[in-house]
Amino acid sequence: MAEFLQQVVSGLASGAIYASLALALVLIYRATDVVNFSQGEMATFTTFVAWSLMNNGLSYWPAFALTLAFAFFGGVAVERIVIRPVEHRPEIVIVIVTIGLLIAINGLVGWIWGGETKTFESPFPNRTFDIGGVTMSVQDIGTLGVCLVTVLVLWTFFRFTTIGLAMRSSAVNPAASRLLGVRVGWMLAIGWGFAAVLGAVAGMMAAPTVFLDPSMMLIILIYAFAAAVLGGIDSPIGAVVGGLLLGVIVNVLGAYVVPAELRLPTALAILLLVLLIRPQGLFGHLAVRRV
Amino acid sequence: MPLLELKDVEARYGAIRALHGVSLAVDEGEVVSLLGANGAGKTTTLRAISGAVRKTGDVTFDGRSIARHAPEAVARLGVAHVPEGRGLFGELTVWDNLRMGAYVRGERKTFKQEAPRVLGYFPWLEARKNQQAGTLSGGEQQMLSLARALVSRPRLLMLDEPSLGLAPTVVRELFGIVKHLNAEEGLSVLVVEQNANVALDASARAYVLEVGKVAVSGTSDELRRHEGVRKSYLGY
Repeated sequence: MAEFLQQVVSGLASGAIYASLALALVLIYRATDVVNFSQGEMATFTTFVAWSLMNNGLSYWPAFALTLAFAFFGGVAVERIVIRPVEHRPEIVIVIVTIGLLIAINGLVGWIWGGETKTFESPFPNRTFDIGGVTMSVQDIGTLGVCLVTVLVLWTFFRFTTIGLAMRSSAVNPAASRLLGVRVGWMLAIGWGFAAVLGAVAGMMAAPTVFLDPSMMLIILIYAFAAAVLGGIDSPIGAVVGGLLLGVIVNVLGAYVVPAELRLPTALAILLLVLLIRPQGLFGHLAVRRV
Repeated sequence: MPLLELKDVEARYGAIRALHGVSLAVDEGEVVSLLGANGAGKTTTLRAISGAVRKTGDVTFDGRSIARHAPEAVARLGVAHVPEGRGLFGELTVWDNLRMGAYVRGERKTFKQEAPRVLGYFPWLEARKNQQAGTLSGGEQQMLSLARALVSRPRLLMLDEPSLGLAPTVVRELFGIVKHLNAEEGLSVLVVEQNANVALDASARAYVLEVGKVAVSGTSDELRRHEGVRKSYLGY
């Protein structure tokens, strides 16, 4: 039992990383109506920025904070410069642009930082502790904590600020929002900024265990897709619950049922099952379209 | 000088020309209705005013041209447009919808100031504040949409077919509030309607649009007596 709970906790830790990135996907999906395929690469880029900051003498948390600021403005800039020109084109055009971004950012990371794997410092000590016979690593609990705090801060922003309200209204009904004086384009850009911040958190939390290299987020992005679909691609709560749930399911199945090498295929199987049985996910809405 | 003036406004959706040179005016403190059949260009006229559709010709509000303004810029000048289909945020609460009305003038302060006044007209909104707007009835949604527009304390209120799909008692209540706002607060209103009887009762003047052009205009009394208008729009 204790060992099972251990697996659950470490599943929650990786699940929190999937949840952060899944939430980033959902934010952009709600605002722009497309899945941002470059979300993982944007996260990789910002994680490399954090690595450079620390390599130049900054300690972890200042580097962390600076990286989040960089991610925010970077996300806003990507929306304004790359997405805005195709904003009103069919969704497939925007999707292709995000795939182009994926390739471009991936190349850029390789060009700036080189292709070899780097180690990334963890802010948490490499220790474990016991609660009622269940051994937990500080790393896992810390990761879970940082991701959940980030999500909570964002939720508070959306729930209690005027800009948060305007961002929600822009996502629900952009035309009506404009008639009420909202600069919807900027709301989208801020949404991209927040998504990039979430990605940066996911990247920096993942990097100590998966190591830093240009394609470090590739697998995590696939988990995040699965998590977002599991929770409902248009549901922020769904992304968080879906991420945590997926982390636990995959970890537990990987420990007891399927070989560890089959964790990723297991996640893809879950993705497929959700799409077949409940396409709107756990918390999502079925898109009803009048023809 | 009229509060709102359109001069020779033309608008098109792709290859289809929707407005063929519309000219009209709304004076300060006046209720004006815009009548016409489906597809006559009533909605497009409102959209042209609020900047939601590209056009040629000139639109002036309070003496300055707004022909090139984006919708959010027109809204900031004090034009509240209650669009076709009401433009509510169905997933958001009633209260969040109302708060969005105040956004254009600094949400927190404006909402605190204006909410009590608006709730005076729609007291039931407070009890439903946490309900999702999309779960309200059609009449309630129309009222919420009007209330949201009023929270911004607009200089010009534009209503697009407020009576559409509503029960006659609800329509009467709604136009009663509009008339009251005009009489008590001097609110200027431009209302688009297919229901000409209701609209003419509430307005001092009216324009009748036919295929993207003003076909007839005059005071509401003149239009009631106008034979063509009577036959085509009033049904007697």
